Amino acid sequence: MVQLFDFEKPIEQLVQKISELQKFSADKEIDLSQEVAVLEKKVAFLKKEIYGNLEPWQKAQIARHPERPNFYDYIPFLFEDFIELKGDRLFADDRSIAGGIALFHGIPVTVIAQVKGKGTKENIKRNFGMPHPEGYHKAIRLMDQAEKFGRPILTFIDTPGAACDLAAEERGQGEAIARCLQAMSGYSVPVISTIIGEGGSGGALALGVGNAVLMLENSFYSVIAPESCASILWKDTTKAKEAAAALKFTAQDLQRLGVADEIVREPLGGAHKDLRQTADELSQVISKYLVRLRSEKPEVLKEKRYQKLRAIGVYQENSKKTLGISEKDLTK
Amino acid sequence: MFKDIFRKKKYVTIQSAPMQKLGPSDASPKEPTTSKKELPDGLWAKCPKCGEVLFNKNLEENARVCTKCEHHFRISARGRLALLADENSFEEWDAELVSLDPLEFPGYQGKLMEAMEKSGTTEAVLTGQALLDGIPVVLVFNEADFMMGSMGSVVGEKITRAIEKAIDLRLPVVIFSTSGGARMQEGILSLYQMAKTSAALGRLAENHLLYISVLTDPTFGGVTASYASLGDIAIAEPNALIGFTGPRVIKQTMRQELPAGAQTAEFNQEHGLIDLIVGRAQMRSVLARLLRYHQEGAQYGATV
Repeated sequence: MVQLFDFEKPIEQLVQKISELQKFSADKEIDLSQEVAVLEKKVAFLKKEIYGNLEPWQKAQIARHPERPNFYDYIPFLFEDFIELKGDRLFADDRSIAGGIALFHGIPVTVIAQVKGKGTKENIKRNFGMPHPEGYHKAIRLMDQAEKFGRPILTFIDTPGAACDLAAEERGQGEAIARCLQAMSGYSVPVISTIIGEGGSGGALALGVGNAVLMLENSFYSVIAPESCASILWKDTTKAKEAAAALKFTAQDLQRLGVADEIVREPLGGAHKDLRQTADELSQVISKYLVRLRSEKPEVLKEKRYQKLRAIGVYQENSKKTLGISEKDLTK
Repeated sequence: MFKDIFRKKKYVTIQSAPMQKLGPSDASPKEPTTSKKELPDGLWAKCPKCGEVLFNKNLEENARVCTKCEHHFRISARGRLALLADENSFEEWDAELVSLDPLEFPGYQGKLMEAMEKSGTTEAVLTGQALLDGIPVVLVFNEADFMMGSMGSVVGEKITRAIEKAIDLRLPVVIFSTSGGARMQEGILSLYQMAKTSAALGRLAENHLLYISVLTDPTFGGVTASYASLGDIAIAEPNALIGFTGPRVIKQTMRQELPAGAQTAEFNQEHGLIDLIVGRAQMRSVLARLLRYHQEGAQYGATV
């Protein structure tokens, strides 16, 4: 049984009513097709109404849905072949980051992906998608190989954040992420980063330095988890909904802020409602960007990626008069 | 409703930099001493480590290091600069860059105002060029009194510009980080400043220019996970707390109590993450020695 959110319940109630009616009609041999048709119309309308106007917090819930497709779910739909390569050659193999080589639309690519588990057992194995330093070291190792062999790099982001425990601190979590950022910024092969679920802070950003940054429609990408933000702002983790709105972390927000290049459509209700359809959309959009980027010269790719990063940020250049806070802003 | 509490109807006028004369004494009145609560008159400071009650004046004269146990108190960006740069050699860059509120984040404008008043500076980083024992160098200092040195668009941009200028001028870079991490109030824009500064340091490295990272108390989160961890040479001040996730968050999310001494400079050195631990009194001479090794041409027999 797929988990339902509160905001989905009106739809579910109607759907149940329809099946009851259909059953009743079949049992008693009464023609209720007109009534059913009316209700079905209403369901379609409700779906559009509800799923078309999701609030940031609702999107975050969809992005974290336990049934949301993870990287392994997408593999058969995105790649003709995939060989997983493991280990950082230093310490261990981190199972919250998967990496390997694959054929994408006939093109050899290197793939790096954060993976959350399905269910408790797998989640423990994958540390709930929270990588340790060895995960980032593995990513760098495999991406360096991509650079060496001239393969484009596709990264897939889905993590609540980097691991935050003593082991991570001892092995240099901060350094591992920083090295990842620096490595990615320096490659001269095309790099495409796609947020497929949760983009949790620095742990997500570590794989997010792409020439193109794509986001699934209901994914989010944030400097801090909405719960933690609420705890800092209002000392109240139950205000995550308000924090989610304040953080401006939806795909639409990020496109407006110059971080996301394109939003990949999801079926109504989210990727978990139709994996194949989501994967097809994803495949098409990635392919479009890959074709475009492969036509660029290596040095141009590197320079453009740098310039993309260079342009992110909003500030005021000249503060001589006042500090950027005008009367107008204050009364808004 | 909540927002309005932070909103002020006043303008603040900021002088163009340099705002204050250099000198360690400038740091004192605005900087909160750890013991402020117990000793509110500002004349005295109590050392949080050994409990010694110190004259603030003596503390300032000793570079804000406890005269009894050598505990390093936090120090302002300009206080640090005064300890390192040759007299009148500092040229500040990009002082006119100030933060906006691109997300219209609750309370941010008020926080910025408060931070400016508290720190006497316009943002959480000070950048520029100076001579250190006669050696030209690009210097960057986080300002702890400005929203705990957090990195938003302005901090990321100023650091990136400083690094790019160092490449143009072919100068080494020394960054003193003191920061709680990426600035929540600018959301994803803050997060990407990590990538931006790391990319700029990548360019510096490609140009074979030296970067010394000095990690001071505290350095955490997005700053540890970007520029602070990318030094050719990593130096920490004694006892400084350095890490990715703060101890409180580790406790909350993982229900894991960190052992005593975790995340100190010494812990980080033991785990291979820090080259040197250098006290404030020796910082200038150690930096000068390191810089000399890396001056252009120095590898061919120049005396160090």
